Amino acid sequence: MKDMTRKATRHVNQNEGLIFEKSSAGKAAWKLPPLDVPEVDASKLLGSSERKDLGNMPEVSEIEIIRHFTRLSTWNYAIDLGMYPLGSCTMKYNPRVNEAVARVEGIANGHPYQPEKISQGAMQILKTLSECLIEITGMDAITLQPAAGAHGEMTGLLMVRAYHQSQGNARKKILIPDSAHGTNPATAAMVNYAVENLKSDSRGMVDIAALEAQMSEDVAALMLTNPNTLGVFEQDIHKIADILHAKGGLLYMDGANMNALVGKVRPGDFGVDVMHLNLHKTFSTPHGGGGPGSGPVAIKKILEPFLPTPVVVAKADGTLGFDYDRPQSVGRVRAFYGNFGMFVRALAYIQANGPDGLRQTTEDAVLNANYIRKGLEGTYDLPYSTPTMHEVVFSDKLQAKKGVRTMDIAKRLIDYGFHPYTTAFPLIVPGALMIEPTESESKEEMDLFIEAMKSIAEEVEEDPQTVLDAPHSTRVSRLDETAAARKPILRWKPAE
Amino acid sequence: MLKAIGLRSVDELFAPIPAEYRLSRDLKVPRQMAESEIMDYFRQCSRENGEGYTSFLGAGAYSHYRPVIIDSLISRGEFLTSYTPYQAEISQGTLQSIFEFQTMISDLTGMEVANASMYDGSTAAAEAVMMAVRLTGRRSVVVGRSLHPEYREVLATYATHQGMPLSVAGFGEDGRLNLKELEKSITPETAAVLIQSPNFFGTIEDVAAIAELAHKRGAMLVVSIAEAVSLGIVEPPREADVIAMEAQSFGVPLGFGGPYCGVIATREKFVRQMPGRLVGQTVDKQGKRGFVLTLATREQHIRREKATSNICTNQALVALMVNIFMTIYGKVGLKELAKQNLAKAAYAAGQFAKQGKVLFAEAPRFNEFVVQTGEDPHAINRRLLGQKIVGGLPLKKFYPELGNAALWCCTELTTRGAIDTAVRLVAGSEGSVRTAKEESGVEEVAR
Repeated sequence: MKDMTRKATRHVNQNEGLIFEKSSAGKAAWKLPPLDVPEVDASKLLGSSERKDLGNMPEVSEIEIIRHFTRLSTWNYAIDLGMYPLGSCTMKYNPRVNEAVARVEGIANGHPYQPEKISQGAMQILKTLSECLIEITGMDAITLQPAAGAHGEMTGLLMVRAYHQSQGNARKKILIPDSAHGTNPATAAMVNYAVENLKSDSRGMVDIAALEAQMSEDVAALMLTNPNTLGVFEQDIHKIADILHAKGGLLYMDGANMNALVGKVRPGDFGVDVMHLNLHKTFSTPHGGGGPGSGPVAIKKILEPFLPTPVVVAKADGTLGFDYDRPQSVGRVRAFYGNFGMFVRALAYIQANGPDGLRQTTEDAVLNANYIRKGLEGTYDLPYSTPTMHEVVFSDKLQAKKGVRTMDIAKRLIDYGFHPYTTAFPLIVPGALMIEPTESESKEEMDLFIEAMKSIAEEVEEDPQTVLDAPHSTRVSRLDETAAARKPILRWKPAE
Repeated sequence: MLKAIGLRSVDELFAPIPAEYRLSRDLKVPRQMAESEIMDYFRQCSRENGEGYTSFLGAGAYSHYRPVIIDSLISRGEFLTSYTPYQAEISQGTLQSIFEFQTMISDLTGMEVANASMYDGSTAAAEAVMMAVRLTGRRSVVVGRSLHPEYREVLATYATHQGMPLSVAGFGEDGRLNLKELEKSITPETAAVLIQSPNFFGTIEDVAAIAELAHKRGAMLVVSIAEAVSLGIVEPPREADVIAMEAQSFGVPLGFGGPYCGVIATREKFVRQMPGRLVGQTVDKQGKRGFVLTLATREQHIRREKATSNICTNQALVALMVNIFMTIYGKVGLKELAKQNLAKAAYAAGQFAKQGKVLFAEAPRFNEFVVQTGEDPHAINRRLLGQKIVGGLPLKKFYPELGNAALWCCTELTTRGAIDTAVRLVAGSEGSVRTAKEESGVEEVAR
C-alpha cells in the first residue's frame, strides 16, 4: 500500500441514475427547423402502420444529457488515464489527429453509393491503405471489408474454403493450437469446419511432431497466432508452413499480435498464405469501449480470385472504381466497403510514423514487454522462459499458495491506478497474467506498474485478504455476476 | 532499459526471429508526415469525395442531422480509449450506457431484449437468421426480394458456406412481398423468413400477414430495419421473432459506409441463442446497483467452437452515438423527426409523380420511393451532378425488372428548394437545366 499514492489518489465522482429516472414530460434537447413542405396526416399516409406510442423513451434537457454521459464517463478507466496492459489487446495511444481527419466533411459525410466520379477521395484512401498493409504484411492482395478481427477470420477461412473447393475438395478441418484465442475455433465452426486442437511443446510453441502427425489431406488450414498468445515467436514457422504446404494445406495467421512484427519481419516472407489484421490494435484506431474494430484480410496470390466483392481497381481513364465482376469471389461479408472511418484513422497512423516510426514502434513495444518481464521475474512465476516479444505471460502459481488468484491480483491492481492485465488466458497457462504494455508507455509509467505489482505480491504474503477483497477504491465493489446470469435483467422497466 | 534487461542492443530482442526472415530494409510506405501534412492530405481527399453536394441517396445509409453534443461526448477519452468492459468495477460508464441502449432499442423495436450491438445491419440480419436456424433446428431460409440487395448478398455468403438452402420470394405490384409466392416458398424445412420493413423501396410491409404465414409453418420471422428513424412514426414489427436493425440513422455519420451500428432485438425466451454482448443489471457486495457483461456462456471466449457466434469486438462507440441520439430526441422528438421525414418524402413523391411515374404508390411508405423514368437514371444523374446534386440510386443493377428506375430518399435535411430543383432536372432537357439553374441560383460546377 505504501506506494499507492504515487499513481492513484481517491477522488470524488458523482452519482448518476439511469437516464429514464431523470426523464419528465415536456423536457427536450432537440429542435427541428420549421417544415418547408405541407404537413401530412400520418394516419392517412400510414393507416394501421402508424405508430402511436414510443414507450418509455426519455425526455431530458441538453445539460442533463451532457452531465449524464460526462458523469458516466468518469466511471471508466481508459488509455488516456494510464497504462492499460491488457495482453493481446494492444491498448496503445489513440492519436487525436486520427479523430480530426475522420471528421473532415467529405470523409465523414460521403455516401457509400455516391457516384464513383465524386468518390475518388475515399477510393484513394482505400487504395493507399491497402498498399501500405500489403507492404507491411508482405502479402499480395487485401480486402478491407471485414468489420473486426473475428469477422476477418471468417472472411479468411471462407477464402480458404473457396480455394480448396476450386481444387476439388473443401477439406474437413482446421488445426488450432491450444494457446489460441477463442474466436479462432468459433470462426472455424461458423464456416463449417471441424476444429482439431494442436498441443504446444515445452517452449510454448507449436509441437512440430504433433503437427506432422496430425497433418493430413483433410486439413484445410492451420490457424496460428504469431507471436502466439504467450508473446513467443514461433521459431519453426517455416517448418510449420512447409508441413502444411506439403499436404496442400494453408497457413492462416491471426494478426492480433502484429504489433510485435511491423517493420521487422513480414508474415508473407515466412510462409503465411492468409492473415487478418486488427486496425484497432496494431494501427491505433480507438477501442471505444468495445468497437468499432476493423479486420482487413491480406492474402497470397493464390487466394486473390476469392476476395469479397467489391475490389478497388484503377480504370482505363486513370480514375479509381469498384470491380464487382469477380465470379470466384466468396461474396460479400458486409454491406458497403467495411469500417471506412477506421481506414482513415489507420492510414493517418501510418503517415504519422513512416517507415522509421513503424519500426521504432515495434522495437519499443518489444523492449517495454521485456523490461516488465525483467522487473517482475522472480516476483511472479514465469511458466515459459522462451524469449518474449511484445507481451509476457506470468502465472499466479506463487500467489495461489496463499489462495490469491490472477483475478484477485488484477482487481487489486485497480486500487493502484492501473487497468488489469488479461487474466486467465491463454488457457495453456493456469492462472495466467498476460501483460502487454505497448510502445506507448514511458519507463516512468512502467516503473510504477512494476512497483505496484511487487507491492501486491508483498500484500499477498502479509495480508492476502486485502487482495481478495479488492478493489477497495471503486464506485462499486465486485459485482455479483452469477446473479446477473441466473435471472438476467437486460433492460430498465418503470416501477409498476 | 536495455541495460536493465541485460542486453546491448535492440536487435538482440529480435533474435528469436530467424535471421533469414528479418527485414533488412525500410518498409515502402509513405514517409513520416507532420500533423499539418496529414490534415492537408485528408482535406484534399475530402474535396474529392462529394464535399458540398446535396444528396437524395438513402438505400441503407441515411443522411440525418447529428446534434453536436454526440461528438463532444464520444470524444471523451474515457469512452473513446477504453476497452470492452470486462473489468466491470472500472467500466461502469460504458456498461450503464449500454444498458440504457438495450432498453431504448427494446422499446423502439417493441421487443423484450436487445444486445449491445452487431457490426452493422447486414451482418445483424445474417446472424439473426443463424439464430433462427439454431432455435428451430431447421436449415433453409426464405428471403424477401425487397430486402436490401447487399444484405441478401451477405446472408448468401454466411448461409452458402454452411450449406443452408436460400430461396427468394418476389414482390408484387405494390412493392410489398407477394404473399402467395411467399406462402409457397415456406416449407416445413424453413427456419426463418427474412424481410425488411420499411423495405428497400421504402415501402412498409404487411408484417402481421407475413408473420402469420411464417408461424403457420413453424418458421421464425426475422425483420430487418435499415432506416431506424422510421421507428418514430411507423409501428414496429411486433409480430417478428427477431429484429435485426441498422441504427446508423441515429446519429452515426455516413462515413462512406461505416462504421455503423447493427443490433439484434428479440424475445426474452430466445436470449440464450442471441449472438453478441449483453449487459445485465446486478448488485455489488454492498448491495449497490451495478452492471456487468452477462450470459457470456454464449460467447466465443468461453464456448470456443460451440459459441453462438464468433463475434468479439463490435461497435460500442457507435452504439454510444446512437444512444446519445435517442436520448436527445426521446419520446417526442423522435416522432416529430420521423414526421418531417414522412412529409418531405410525401411532398417529393407528389412532385415527381407530376413528371414521371412513382412506383408502388398504393402501399404506405416512409422516406424513400422509386421513380421510373423514360431516360436512363445514370444519364439523369450526370445532369444533376453538374448542379452539385446527387440523384436517386439507379436500380438497374439490383432490379433490372424495374427498367429505368431509381430509389430516392428525403430526410429532414432535404430542403423544398432542392426537391424542386431535382424534380425539374429529372424532367428536363438541357434547356430546362438552364431554367432551373437561374431559378434556384445553383452555380455551375466545373468538374
